[in-house]
Amino acid sequence: MVKETVIKTVNLNCRYGALQVLKDLNLEIHRNEIFGIIGPANSGKTTFLRALNRLNFLNASYSQDGEIFFADKNLKNICDNILRKRIGIIFALPQVLPVSIYNNIAYGPKVHGIAKKDAIEQIVEESLKKASLWDEVKDRLDSPAMKLSGGQQQRLCIARTLAVEPDVILYDEHCSGLDPISTAKIEDAMQQLKETYTQILVTNNTKQAARVSERCAFFLMGELIELDETAALFTEPKDKRTDDYITGRFG
Amino acid sequence: MHRRISEYIIESLIRLSGFLVIAFVFLIFLFLLRDSLSLFKEYKIGEFLFGRNWLPISEPPKFGIVPLFLGSIYVTAGAIVICVPVGIAAAMFIAEVAPTFLKNILKSLIEILAAIPSVVLGFIGIVWLSPYLKQTMGLSTGMCGLTGSLLLAFMALPTIISISEDALVGVPRAYKEAAFGLGATRWQALWRIVLPAASPGIIAGVMLGIGRVIGETMVVMMVTGNSPVVPTSILQPLRTLTATIAGEMGETVSGSEHYFALFAVGLVLFIITFIINFIADSCLRRARK
Ligand SMILES: Nc1ncnc2c1ncn2[C@@H]1O[C@H](COP(=O)(O)OP(=O)(O)O)[C@@H](O)[C@H]1O
Ligand SMILES: [Mg+2]
Repeated sequence: MVKETVIKTVNLNCRYGALQVLKDLNLEIHRNEIFGIIGPANSGKTTFLRALNRLNFLNASYSQDGEIFFADKNLKNICDNILRKRIGIIFALPQVLPVSIYNNIAYGPKVHGIAKKDAIEQIVEESLKKASLWDEVKDRLDSPAMKLSGGQQQRLCIARTLAVEPDVILYDEHCSGLDPISTAKIEDAMQQLKETYTQILVTNNTKQAARVSERCAFFLMGELIELDETAALFTEPKDKRTDDYITGRFG
Repeated sequence: MHRRISEYIIESLIRLSGFLVIAFVFLIFLFLLRDSLSLFKEYKIGEFLFGRNWLPISEPPKFGIVPLFLGSIYVTAGAIVICVPVGIAAAMFIAEVAPTFLKNILKSLIEILAAIPSVVLGFIGIVWLSPYLKQTMGLSTGMCGLTGSLLLAFMALPTIISISEDALVGVPRAYKEAAFGLGATRWQALWRIVLPAASPGIIAGVMLGIGRVIGETMVVMMVTGNSPVVPTSILQPLRTLTATIAGEMGETVSGSEHYFALFAVGLVLFIITFIINFIADSCLRRARK
């Protein structure tokens, strides 16, 4: 089976001021896979994700060269807000907005020009169902989103991202602040989403990457050290540094 | 042991100053109330509150506060209509749009603006603004409510801008990133996310600005024409509560009816300002939660 490439980077270099954070990165991400990225802190995982939807450019000191392609189109030729609608991101800390559960999700569709009330209501319900949150909140959609638990907030953020109908979802250590049960619920939701979306999962938890992802990349100090099928990467890593990291010998 | 004693003394001093402030406000209120009540022994409170004529030296004198009250409302409302949108827009520009160097210049300019004495503004109003308005709008006199509103708006702007700007800057970056991450444009993020999140602080800034406008005396006395008649338009000469007290206090005999009437005007002013500050305060408290 030939896999369709959704995202492709060619000699991608990223810098904050003079600090080089990603070096000559070349990789391809396939449609509908869960692509894991592991590596110690400061190895450039977050920067990579935020390069894909150009959020890095909110930082004035950031610069990059090399190319990124999304669905065969160079990122440079895609309007920022259209790109970010199609490549959604879930942050490490759930960034719920200080409004109701309903309005957190309604915000995205409204931004993209959907105005009809019943259309938005339907989107809210569907997104919450896809993020496995609907049953827990359906009776209190108007209560403040800030009152939800951490795990619920993170699923709300997933629902909010789904509401703008992306193709790709980026997760940046999105379970790092959560307990095992909330994490399990979120991983379940990710498995459900596999049929429709391409997902890129950055995690500081190697076990999670082993559990959830199909292919996995190991980043170290801004370089891609190894990329393989997850099973292969975790059982017989080719690079010694990968082996050291996944067996917990450094980092 | 020494430490304990000195801490105790400092703590008591701080508490004492707190109580003193409360006591002063309370005493001022009592003082105003006492002298105002002296008026109402001889003059009906209904005629004071609802009388449409302020003729303190006619025979018998009339102390109807309506023209003064309306004068204050006209000038204040005019100033609010001008300074609130301008102030919020300026705060948005400084907080979200302007590049750093321009931001710094604007912020220090605003500080300077806040430091201009109101007499100077009144002077500018007399020699420049009022003749200009008279000419461009074809008025019979430039000494009118609008002139006062414009100058007061100018005086309230620094307060509104700096407090609103603080509120906007204080909105967590995460909200903005969340909005951008969903594909919002900068304007959509600002309008739909940042502005509502900052709104309690902005409202507080606006209320404090308005408080300043209502209490201001010098400018309105200099430029609004000082005519205590019920105004029908902001383009007419009128007179405010504050200007009345400041203008007439020197001419009254201490203990006369007129004298007490001015205190009653002061009491009304005190109550209005108190209410506004109270609202501003509760907005700020909500913002901090
Ligand atoms: N906003 C920023 N400004 C300057 N340097 C940054 C910024 N964000 C990240 N960095 C630097 O870039 C490097 C990679 O960071 P990051 O992409 O966050 O790594 P990771 O997510 O793998 O921990 C680190 O050395 C970090 O200090
Ligand atoms: Mg990170």
